[in-house]
Amino acid sequence: MMPLLAVGALAAITYALRIAGPLLAERATVPAAAQRLFTSAAAVLLMALAATSALTAGHDFAGWARPAGVAVAGLLAVRRAPFPVVVLVGASVTALLRLAGIH
Amino acid sequence: MRLQWRTDLLSDTALVRDVALVCLADGIVGVSFGATAVAGGLPWWVPVAMSLLVFAGGSQFAAVGVVLAGGSPLAAVAAGAVLNTRLFPYGLAVSDVTSAAGGRARRWGTRLIGAQLVTDESVAFALRHTDPARRRTAFWTCGAALFTVWNIAVPLGVLAGSAMRNTAAFGLDATFPAVLLALALPTLTDGRTRVAAIGGAGAAVALTPLLPAGLPVLAALGGLAVLWRPRRRPDADGAGDSHAARRPAGHAIPVRSNR
Repeated sequence: MMPLLAVGALAAITYALRIAGPLLAERATVPAAAQRLFTSAAAVLLMALAATSALTAGHDFAGWARPAGVAVAGLLAVRRAPFPVVVLVGASVTALLRLAGIH
Repeated sequence: MRLQWRTDLLSDTALVRDVALVCLADGIVGVSFGATAVAGGLPWWVPVAMSLLVFAGGSQFAAVGVVLAGGSPLAAVAAGAVLNTRLFPYGLAVSDVTSAAGGRARRWGTRLIGAQLVTDESVAFALRHTDPARRRTAFWTCGAALFTVWNIAVPLGVLAGSAMRNTAAFGLDATFPAVLLALALPTLTDGRTRVAAIGGAGAAVALTPLLPAGLPVLAALGGLAVLWRPRRRPDADGAGDSHAARRPAGHAIPVRSNR
């Protein structure tokens, strides 16, 4: 079980990471090129997190149902469907595939 | 620029609508987080306290996932913390809007609160705009709304999870990557960022079986290498892919003298 201490530690580390950027930017001007790089870095991290959480569970392949649902959600996102539609359809596709015995 | 003026007129109602939709989507993710945590056997206060204090969906799922898979609390903290290192570049990317304008005390007070609201979603919203006032409005509207919704949704999920046996049957595990994808895709307007993101995502997936949880996502940053080499070349690299015109919003750099 996860003690309160672990939750507190993760919260403290997370907050430190959050405030570090604004504090650093206060002391020194961030060059435009660096700012651009950080913007790209954020996009890269988002996509990597989306891909790993769609395709993997722990160290293994997550099975077909989840990535299939996420792929349909991605397609809807590209076609500018509203966010809740994207999410609900993604979850429904995954759930229906599992119902059909595809995991 | 012409388009920008038109966009500005519509953007307040559009912002509220888009934030509401993201909140609804994240509400579903929050419910699935609360449900997953208690269905796996954690006490109710763990997901609730995490949502208030950590307030970062990815790391919350990662940490709880490690514990439910039998990992130690230390490994759970490490996985969550490594995943949240992305909040550092996020913080830098939106450092101009995390505090309100005004006196020293007001600036500091809002900066301390604003930092807690730095999330994938609030940063993505801020980066849609170049105008500082719009960036600030987008960031704070999304951040505050999301904090409220997240901390209502997770306890609801805790209640639901106590009743639900098998959260996977409802496809709840697909909600988090779906939200991330919906957020990330519109930010990939720049050709080379797109290459970096797709390459990085591929590398992260390939490295997942080999590295401890959280590290593969960071390894994806290696994809940024594609941004370095062709930097000073004139626009010969990609027909019609003018970077000056298609740069993702988020930089108050109106003129590019080197192009």
